[in-house]
Amino acid sequence: MSDPFENVRMQGPVCPIPHHPSDTVVIGHGSGGQMTRDLIRNIFQSRLGNEYLSQGNDAARITLSGDSKQIAISTDSHVVSPLFYPGGDIGRLAVCGTVNDVAMLGAVPAFLTAGFILEEGFPMESLTRIIESMASACEEAKVQIVAGDTKVVEKGKADGIFINTAGFGLIPEGRNLGGQMAQPGDAVLISGALGDHGIAVLQARGDLGFESGIQSDLAPLNHMIGKLLDAIPDVHVLRDPTRGGLATTLKEIACQSQICVRLREETIPIKPDVRMACEMLGFDPLYLANEGKVIVILPEYQVDNALNILRQSPYGKMATRIGSVESSNPEQVLLETPFGTTRILDMLAGEILPRIC
Amino acid sequence: MTPVTDSGTPDFLSGYRNADLVKKVLVEIHRKTTRPWALMEICGGQTHAIMQYGLDQLLPEQIELIHGPGCPVCVTALELIDQGLWIARQPDVIFTSFGDMLRVPGSKGDLFSVRAAGGDIRVVYSPIDAVKIASQNPEKQVVFFAIGFETTAPVNAMAVLQAEKMGLENFSILPANVLVPPAMHAILSSPNNRIQGFLAAGHVCAVMGYWEYPPIAEQYRTPIVVTGFEPLDLVNGILKTVELLEEDHVDVLNGYPRAVTFEGNRAAQALIERVFKPVDRNWRGIGMIPESGLGLQTGYQDYDAGQRFEIGQIQTEESEICIAGLVLQGVKKPSDCPAFGTLCTPQSPLGAPMVSSEGACAAYYRYGRKLQ
Repeated sequence: MSDPFENVRMQGPVCPIPHHPSDTVVIGHGSGGQMTRDLIRNIFQSRLGNEYLSQGNDAARITLSGDSKQIAISTDSHVVSPLFYPGGDIGRLAVCGTVNDVAMLGAVPAFLTAGFILEEGFPMESLTRIIESMASACEEAKVQIVAGDTKVVEKGKADGIFINTAGFGLIPEGRNLGGQMAQPGDAVLISGALGDHGIAVLQARGDLGFESGIQSDLAPLNHMIGKLLDAIPDVHVLRDPTRGGLATTLKEIACQSQICVRLREETIPIKPDVRMACEMLGFDPLYLANEGKVIVILPEYQVDNALNILRQSPYGKMATRIGSVESSNPEQVLLETPFGTTRILDMLAGEILPRIC
Repeated sequence: MTPVTDSGTPDFLSGYRNADLVKKVLVEIHRKTTRPWALMEICGGQTHAIMQYGLDQLLPEQIELIHGPGCPVCVTALELIDQGLWIARQPDVIFTSFGDMLRVPGSKGDLFSVRAAGGDIRVVYSPIDAVKIASQNPEKQVVFFAIGFETTAPVNAMAVLQAEKMGLENFSILPANVLVPPAMHAILSSPNNRIQGFLAAGHVCAVMGYWEYPPIAEQYRTPIVVTGFEPLDLVNGILKTVELLEEDHVDVLNGYPRAVTFEGNRAAQALIERVFKPVDRNWRGIGMIPESGLGLQTGYQDYDAGQRFEIGQIQTEESEICIAGLVLQGVKKPSDCPAFGTLCTPQSPLGAPMVSSEGACAAYYRYGRKLQ
């Protein structure tokens, strides 16, 4: 039996005939009418629902408790391609990316908003998987999505799905972190091995030309960071080395704080298979994106304490010290090679280009 | 990882990058060097590794490393790049290229800017992927920008043969391969030449062997050592070259025996000979070098994108400030350029050597800028 509604694509609640549940996103899902309501109820509310999202008003009303007078707010748009890759997907990325950004200021991430731009024809099954992934990431990070928006654009006007999330968290009293706070004499730590996310995404794009078991490191870091800051309130800088990688992120910090970061190359953790993929493709792992790592800059005397705390988290097992902050050569990131030579690390220039041979 | 395997040879990666092994060779280089010597490492990959590990900082002051013209995107002729940009702008064309090429400036713009203006430009890791794209898009003309040295020539030839076998009429290449030995002749016969010894490019020799080199060494009384790309390979290549120079002995030695034989890869050489023939070719910044490029053989000229498209006359135009040509000839260092690091950076390159990770200017910018 062929389905008589197979080719029906309703354009919103304008027709008295009951509309057929679609297996793909259609323009009507963004109309603001019944189809939008159904989409929100069936796909979003059922998985992400909470007391705030259920209020059903134009904005969520939130009552704060506690003494914090400072909040951290961040927003991030996620346009990753492909949408699903080893170790993650755009949904988990949209939650973790924003949770981590808020946490980097020492805030406790609590609430997110989520805006979806869907391309007409996007499979409902993929949308459901993405929302389920967001729900599980929210649960792990202990945050709630309190407001959302959905728009649908014509086929060809987007790449399946784009997700914007904004995050909001309270900064506990006494925490004062930022990229401008690094001081000469500080130590530089990294919570784990670098480059996994960048290689995992390239692999999923089919760009590697070979198989590897590399998984993205995508993870919410707020609990690990919370424990670190509870024990060591005088951490100066936390920053996640996402796009542009470790080198670009440290260069930003060096400029913000007017200091020099000196790294020891042999101490920088990179997994052998990531290193091998980089060797073959001509990439520098110090410039590859990470989504589950944090750079910690803090006073020298707290190094052992901090490493112990980080290593207790599943996301910080390979935490290690990679360098120091110095006052000479401000705005520079210097890498000491195992040969005793030194070179300058600069920002990533543009798109990472594989070299020819 | 241990630096040495059971058989006593250095372990791949950890061994060839082992600081202790490298330092031992450096001590030997210092001990053997009694006079100033100017050596050229031919390949951009070698320049990159030297700068990345800072090996130049560890050599005796008498040894000067001059960076050779062995960066394939850097020496690709401007008129070929302009032709590529022209083809990439045409409707119903999918233009495929190695990644490095996208940011190389032509007379006006680069492939990135053509892509931003709507051109269908795709990065491939192998020309075989471009053939696959052609078979999947029969309604489009798929063009591969066939650049590189002898290293990429066999696979570029393979792509043409595969397209022929599959009967693909919508696939063509823009032939731009260049050859190392004619460039060595050009450098050594130049009146400005200062090169006293060569570190030959290991990967090129993996394909071609080094049977082409003894006549060059003999003719110009210049020792040549086939050299790899890891720190230990590089310092070993330098040591062997210095030893030959100090003993006033002209020879061709293989310092990269784990990858290179005298004959090279005969099957790959046969592929090149079947599909390509030597042609005169312009090298960007250097000029025309006779028989230094690969054009398609008579039977394969249908696959020449330069002939398939009616490109017409293109007026090429180089930056007036950029000294890329002198850098590529080893006459000037990147840091001698007035635009280096100011007007010309990897973000907005004036010349090709600032683009590719194998380019001497990019290597200097990334690794070699000295602290104030």
